[in-house]
Amino acid sequence: MSSEVYTGQAQRAAVAAVAVHDGDGHAHHHHQSFITKYIFSQDHKVISKQFLITGMIWAIIGGFFSVIFRLQLGFPDKSFPFLETIFGHWAAGGHISPELYYQLVTMHGTIMIFFVLTAGLSGTFSNFLIPLQLGARDMASPFLNMLSYWFFFAASIIMLISLFLKTGPSEAGWTAYPPLSALHEASEGSKTGMDLWLISMAVFVVSQLLAGLNYISTILNMRTKGMSMTRMPLTIWALFFTAVLGVLSFPVLLSGFILLLFDRNLGTSFYLSDIYIAGHALPNQGGSPILYEHLFWFLGHPEVYIVMLPGMGITSELLATHSRKPIFGYLAMVGSLFAIASLSFLVWAHHMFVSGMNPFLGAFFVLFTLLIAVPSSVKVFNWLATLWKGNIQYTVPALFAIGFVSLFISGGLTGIWLGNSALDLHLHDTYFVIAHFHLVMGIAAFFGMFAGVYHWFPKMFGRFMNNTLGYIHFWVTFIGAYLMFWPMHYEGLAGMPRRYYEYSADALAIYHRFQGLNEFISVVAIIVFAVQLMFVFNFFYSIFKGRPVKDPNPWKANTLEWTTPIHVGHGNWPGEIPEVHRWAYDYSKNGIDFIPQTVPVSPAEEEVGETVKTPQ
Amino acid sequence: MAYTVRVQRKKIHPYKFNMWVAIAAIVMMFGGLTSAYVVMHGQSRWVSFQLPHQFIFSTTIILLSSLTMALAVKSFRQHQMNRYKMLITITAALGVVFMISQFMGFRFLYAHGVNLTFNVSASLLFIITGLHMLHVLGGVIALLVMFFRAFRSRVRSYDPVPVEVAATYWHFVDILWIYLFGFFIWMR
Repeated sequence: MSSEVYTGQAQRAAVAAVAVHDGDGHAHHHHQSFITKYIFSQDHKVISKQFLITGMIWAIIGGFFSVIFRLQLGFPDKSFPFLETIFGHWAAGGHISPELYYQLVTMHGTIMIFFVLTAGLSGTFSNFLIPLQLGARDMASPFLNMLSYWFFFAASIIMLISLFLKTGPSEAGWTAYPPLSALHEASEGSKTGMDLWLISMAVFVVSQLLAGLNYISTILNMRTKGMSMTRMPLTIWALFFTAVLGVLSFPVLLSGFILLLFDRNLGTSFYLSDIYIAGHALPNQGGSPILYEHLFWFLGHPEVYIVMLPGMGITSELLATHSRKPIFGYLAMVGSLFAIASLSFLVWAHHMFVSGMNPFLGAFFVLFTLLIAVPSSVKVFNWLATLWKGNIQYTVPALFAIGFVSLFISGGLTGIWLGNSALDLHLHDTYFVIAHFHLVMGIAAFFGMFAGVYHWFPKMFGRFMNNTLGYIHFWVTFIGAYLMFWPMHYEGLAGMPRRYYEYSADALAIYHRFQGLNEFISVVAIIVFAVQLMFVFNFFYSIFKGRPVKDPNPWKANTLEWTTPIHVGHGNWPGEIPEVHRWAYDYSKNGIDFIPQTVPVSPAEEEVGETVKTPQ
Repeated sequence: MAYTVRVQRKKIHPYKFNMWVAIAAIVMMFGGLTSAYVVMHGQSRWVSFQLPHQFIFSTTIILLSSLTMALAVKSFRQHQMNRYKMLITITAALGVVFMISQFMGFRFLYAHGVNLTFNVSASLLFIITGLHMLHVLGGVIALLVMFFRAFRSRVRSYDPVPVEVAATYWHFVDILWIYLFGFFIWMR
């Protein structure tokens, strides 16, 4: 690949015709029409924006759903006539029906976890950053890369169609546990909605496999000269482990889904046994719903880290850049990413402590779950040590990165509670769990995403996002996140179960005292959602009307993407790909504010390095 | 580091690497399914049955096809295009024979009352074997594409990468079946 020579001029927006000479002597000429440039594009930067914008659309839908079901939870007695306007007979009299409630909850989870925080997050930043930060013209296989987006798009369309079915979308929870998900008779949503959900998710898995394949092989094979693995920015390390997790865990989910599809439609009994419906026994014998739970959570837990790791990488990169300090403990950061990724395959059954699984087996999973606290703490320590006495620039991306650390700590600490099977018996399926995972992997991952969008927006679109709106976005979201989820810890400790439509029954009288708290949470949720819409406005407005970028390196960062022209053409660098001579974190070294990776190491620097190394 | 050793390491071609990662993903899927098999096998309502003898024939065929595939790569590298075309045709044909033989095995089971809903044991066998057949079908389609490419006389390509990637996949699918067959015999 090093023999690639680019001819042709990199003009402002795009290279009109680029002749690529690779080792095989083929020559391609790109005469791009609108369709090949913006729609069926094989350019990793365009694909990245496609993932981002599709993810944003899904995030608005998923967030809107949460507002609707929060209305039900906060104001179960009030009537909202506008709901009937939107949902028709599903919200007769301005009250959403229980069926609709479960469908909204299910779709909120599915959309947010898979479509926004998996495809939208790692899809955006892996595509955008891997070639740009490693010094590659594009992905290892741009065609597979394009396919990965279009499979995601197809999955999106199928899921979207399921929202408009007469019987509604799936309502079996985002985990789709059988028998609820396996029997058409179980609920309205378990009819066609569930089939479409499974098909959509299967297509989604294909998209993630194609994407992950490409990320891994690009990172391992397409680095520019001098970019050894230990010189890679931490974003790339994080995205690398994300891709490895995806490639190894999604296929297992797929096998679980295939079995579920057979159970639903072809009369097999993988997950079903001894079930009576309206007094009639079903013929299914010999299956076990716990089998599904094992297959699901074997993906499900790594999935949590698929959602988390990109945010960790972005945070590491941004904290160093915006505090003008080298990242603290680079190799420890890489090592802890590796440890988290490996351990994530050994902890899945901590989601199943109350499933009837062998309790002795549980002890094993408790041990490995608590072990994850070690690499997680290493990361937090290193982030804080990076900030310590740094020259922190409180830009919007920096604030979101700091917010990520805060939320990760707050949500992570309760993970230690839940990882203990003895405590989990009480806390399982309560609002405590909701509070825990929304802080640690929901909002925190969103913060990683926001940080990345604000930081790389100038590289993506050649303009800045509006700063004032950015600060408002940060503070309202940050404070709102705590106001929403902190009270849920108390509700959960008191045993208030999640997924309940209402708490009016006499048996649940103990939770009536939380009515005021629930109202409060719902009001905050509406405000926070409104501020996200403001972010979306800021995003699209800034694409066209934002302040133009004048300096190719506006954040004074070291990584390679800032050595490209402000408006990056197809092929990323107009001339030769730059060579890398150092790691990405030489900030404030020897009194110099920042030294890009492309600057050769001077002999004087070498001496400083040597003196540091000599033992005292 | 004032001195950098400028030795260009001989890197694996990205497409070949992609294939290895894809194989890892497929291994995970079949790993999930065979783990499910192990879990369900431990339960009391597991009913075991005789494996169809057609599977032995299938195994022979797919082993043979791996041999022809390896010979095809060899002749491609030696630029013996006619031999290469013949050998990939034979390989693809053997792939089809394999699938037919597997299907005959299914028919044998059905004839003996072992159908999809007979028991979890049978359901798993049909699904795992069926998914493997789908993967063989994918390989056959890839071989057909390469066969037609070899006949396009306008562009003569002696780039061995596509052939080698296809061969890696083909051998993998072969080894996968050997594993599955051994697994079925061992875990009856």
